[in-house]
Amino acid sequence: MATVWIPPLVQTLTGGEQIVEASGQTVREVFDNLEARYPGLRARLFQNGRPHPGVAMSVDGLVHSRGAALAVGADSEIHFLPAMSGG
Amino acid sequence: MTVKDKTKETASGQAYKVIGTRPLRPDGVDKVTGKAIYGADVQLPNTLHGAMLRSPHAHARIVSIDTSEAEVMPGVKAVVTAADLPDLDDIYADLGEGIVNLRYSSWKVLAHDKVLYHGHAIAAVAATSKTLAEEAVARIKVEYEVLPPVLDVLEAMKDDAVILHEGLRTRELGEKLEGRTNVASHIQHQRGDLEAGFAAADVIVEREFNTSTVHQGYIEPQSATGLYNDDDRITVWCSTQGAFGIRGQLSSMLQIPIARITVIPTEIGGGFGGKLDVYLEPVAVMLSQRAGNRPVKMTMNRTEVLQATGPTSGSYIRVKMGATRDGKLTAAEAFMAYDAGAFPGSPIGAGSSGIFAPYRLDNVRIDGYDVLGNKPKASAYRAPGSTNAAFASESVVDELAEKLGIDPLEFRLRNAVTEGDRRADGPIYDRIGFIETLTAAASHPHYEAPLDGKQRGRGVAAGFWGNWGGKSSVSASLNPDGSVNLVEGSPDIGGSRASIAMQLAEAMEIPYESVRPQVVDTDSVGFNDNTGGSRTTFGTGWAAIEVGRKLIAELKGRAAILLEADADNVGYGDGVFSSNGASIDLTEVADRIDETGSPVVASASVHPTGFGAAFAAHVVDVEVDPETGKVEILRYTAVQDAGKAIHPSYVEGQLHGGVAQGIGWALNEEYVYDDEGHLLNSSLLDYRMPTALDLPLIDTVLVEVPNPGHPYGVRGVGEVPIVPPAAAVANAIYRATGVRLQSLPMAPGKILDALWAADES
Repeated sequence: MATVWIPPLVQTLTGGEQIVEASGQTVREVFDNLEARYPGLRARLFQNGRPHPGVAMSVDGLVHSRGAALAVGADSEIHFLPAMSGG
Repeated sequence: MTVKDKTKETASGQAYKVIGTRPLRPDGVDKVTGKAIYGADVQLPNTLHGAMLRSPHAHARIVSIDTSEAEVMPGVKAVVTAADLPDLDDIYADLGEGIVNLRYSSWKVLAHDKVLYHGHAIAAVAATSKTLAEEAVARIKVEYEVLPPVLDVLEAMKDDAVILHEGLRTRELGEKLEGRTNVASHIQHQRGDLEAGFAAADVIVEREFNTSTVHQGYIEPQSATGLYNDDDRITVWCSTQGAFGIRGQLSSMLQIPIARITVIPTEIGGGFGGKLDVYLEPVAVMLSQRAGNRPVKMTMNRTEVLQATGPTSGSYIRVKMGATRDGKLTAAEAFMAYDAGAFPGSPIGAGSSGIFAPYRLDNVRIDGYDVLGNKPKASAYRAPGSTNAAFASESVVDELAEKLGIDPLEFRLRNAVTEGDRRADGPIYDRIGFIETLTAAASHPHYEAPLDGKQRGRGVAAGFWGNWGGKSSVSASLNPDGSVNLVEGSPDIGGSRASIAMQLAEAMEIPYESVRPQVVDTDSVGFNDNTGGSRTTFGTGWAAIEVGRKLIAELKGRAAILLEADADNVGYGDGVFSSNGASIDLTEVADRIDETGSPVVASASVHPTGFGAAFAAHVVDVEVDPETGKVEILRYTAVQDAGKAIHPSYVEGQLHGGVAQGIGWALNEEYVYDDEGHLLNSSLLDYRMPTALDLPLIDTVLVEVPNPGHPYGVRGVGEVPIVPPAAAVANAIYRATGVRLQSLPMAPGKILDALWAADES
């Protein structure tokens, strides 16, 4: 099961849980499964299948731009971070 | 000096032939002989000249704009205002500094219904001469309703603050909070149990820090020439860090299909993050269209650059950190408010992710706020947000080490992150070289040298920058003499033509001199993200490696024809193809390419993700004059993990540049406003950047811990060297005087105030 680190500002939706687990072959499937347990979570983190503007998604330490279609493994770890690229 | 990680050289274990050498840069001769074409050098037939009307007020409602008198002046060909720009909904674009809302960018290019900072552009004129354009601008009449400005980031956050944008709401991860505000967004990182972490600490230090707004200080002002052609095709020549980014902004802002726009990047006289956004380009295009399809050139003067182009944020930061008696950090907390200027988009994201990134922390909380004020919109600046952050955190780390009686580098080593550790904001580090960097700093002769004399002190600080990958495309063609033309789309702001060509040469096992790299326009190569985020040698270099591999694969087949061998049995090394005892040079294959088929060309695009974090540790000696408060930098050593230094001279140059800018930020540079929000020091006489007379020779140490996320181990190197200087200098001033400065710049007046206050207490 993939591990999702819930950003503190949306932990109200997970009952204060910082780390949750869900199965899925892609980020989309993981969050489809989480949505059943934590309604509203998906909309707080994604817009049209991609993280909200200004938000980046890190899977296994790497920031990806593929959004919800990205494949994940059983041991994958998903984080949401401020989007940044530099000067 | 270079310190190498002995575990790895090339992926195949062989020594590099080109990488690590120091050849001349391809663009060097033209640049030192004045032949290179920069933005303002562009001169087309029938060119008109543009000038901009700018706001005398920091905050005012625009009641009316009357351009009639300017429009009828002989020689004036066009006048535009924001009314000529399309009305945009929220459109988000990644400019290489994070996401920006192009609706706000449009309002920045020409003020919509309010002017929001001193120097905000309001209207523009195209005329047959620059002088005439400026005279016409002076005849545009604007009626203002002047409003009070908001200039302090904490004042701007108050409930009763003057509001810049009535419609702005605070964003918290996909949710908009209720209520009028100047706080555009709130970010939070939290792990562990902060209360328990501080309870476990033997020493806790909590301090507040302020930093001033500062500018990137590139020498070449913004310049753009726009041509809206009779066939509705648009061409823009400009000084930019990213031609494709400019093309995208033009397309969205002017609502013109990308296919009709060509952006030609000129040489660039410095950018440092400040040349990612459009300022003049859309205006020049609109003026050109209204002036009968004549090209329009617009070039800023220095005052316009300082008043109206992106500086980086001033900030208020509060940091609290705790540690045990044996020097282990137990908890860290930060409150960070960054001044975004007139529109959302300060570098609070990077600042909040990086503030505690060098250290292992189980209990951490970081709150970051993007706050609007009546200043020009913040733009990226070299490791955006990170110098502010490190000034705060590294000052507190230094004070903790002192209170615990532990050497400051040793204290950092005891807490330094390494592979497998979790960053403060969550993700786990891959192979990084922070410990190796700190160790190299601690063992450097500078750190062990005696420092005698009164009012002298030595300071250290560390720095983190996450780097970026982005997207890169290149193409290459083989010439009959075996040389290769390399076409790339990454503007060269730091020697990247050389570092990219070197990676192609390495991949093809040919001499560096056989590669001719060129930076081309947006029609002539595949998409490239901006030159920014320390990504170009990493990302575009990777594309060059891929294209080199493709060329060699193709040439193996061609050599097989000439050798009358099976392509699968053709080997290649050192420029020679061989099979079953027969061999042929790459140059001969190139010369006889017609015997083998079509010309040989290849292209490659990459979008890498393993960009690998960069770390730095700096050591500085200062002497403080107690009579004047002046700080003299006596000696400076910058140590940095470069992954693999492709061209060590240019990596060292990045360290020199980052340190020089960081020292300017530390000691002198600041935007000075009066109470009405007028910028008082919009010239380089009054905005005090360091000169060669202010700096010693800067020693550099390149630590090479290869980045596993790149074929040659490259990490971005351009940004992290600006992160430690402010904190390192502050820590050195403390050692020299016994006074800790918590406000940038640490200008003579502030130092004297601090010394006198210490004397009185």
